[in-house]
Amino acid sequence: MIDLGSPRDLAALALLALGVTFDLLGCLGLVRLPDVYNRLQAGTKCVTLGTFLLLLGVVVRFGFDAMGWKALLCIWFVAMTSPTAAHAIARGAHRSGVPLAPGSVLDRYREDGEARAASPIGAPARGGETP
Amino acid sequence: MKVLATALLALAVWTIVTWAFDAASLGLGVVVAAAVAWAFRRLEMEEARILLSPRRLFWALVYVPVLFFHIVRANLDVAYRVIHPKLPIRPGITRARTSLRTVAGRVLLANSITLTPGTMAVDLVGDLLYVHRIYVPEHDPDGATERELAPFEALIRRIFE
Repeated sequence: MIDLGSPRDLAALALLALGVTFDLLGCLGLVRLPDVYNRLQAGTKCVTLGTFLLLLGVVVRFGFDAMGWKALLCIWFVAMTSPTAAHAIARGAHRSGVPLAPGSVLDRYREDGEARAASPIGAPARGGETP
Repeated sequence: MKVLATALLALAVWTIVTWAFDAASLGLGVVVAAAVAWAFRRLEMEEARILLSPRRLFWALVYVPVLFFHIVRANLDVAYRVIHPKLPIRPGITRARTSLRTVAGRVLLANSITLTPGTMAVDLVGDLLYVHRIYVPEHDPDGATERELAPFEALIRRIFE
């Protein structure tokens, strides 16, 4: 499949190797970081770039044919869904009371959430202007 | 008009995914695209108008490499913290006010900062963004987040507002 004599295949191989490296670092982050929020940071950053690079490797290897265009489409989908999913998981975790890791220094989301709940009409205590 | 635009987009995705150009495949694609466009006819897509403005489209294209640069920077930052034996993190959730007015602009901003160094959007309440930071600075944490948003806001404003 891969011909080590061709510069194009070498470039693809380099992209694949970099992609796998970033995915590996993302996994390391999942293991080492202390709570769901920090782990999502590793998940959204390293794994997104890792996957981009793997798919770019596919584009370089196959060019703009059936495989290449699908890989580009996947890059677009991952770019849209990965941060959205991270937001949904973080918000869901926070709402169901998953605490920030010990050593966290600030939680404005909780402060403001409590202020909103305490205000008489349940309206935002400050800000919260919608377009 | 809106339904037609959705149908064309659906047909483009269909063509890429099937990668078959005979009459039967394309015909089926037209049928599927029409069904999709009809099913989503009530979806509000006000911001789709950027596709009609070359100037907005240009800034949308400029946004891609800028975002990619920040994604790479984000990765090196997180990779450094993860590999470092002492795990230098100081996590917390900060609050930042955005000056963007459109919903699409705010969503793009929230998704972009999730992909950039050490910040992740947790929630968007009106014009307030709650951002989890992997390293909260000692001095003025909310201001630091707002300063990081500013360059993105400037670009997104050119795209959507």
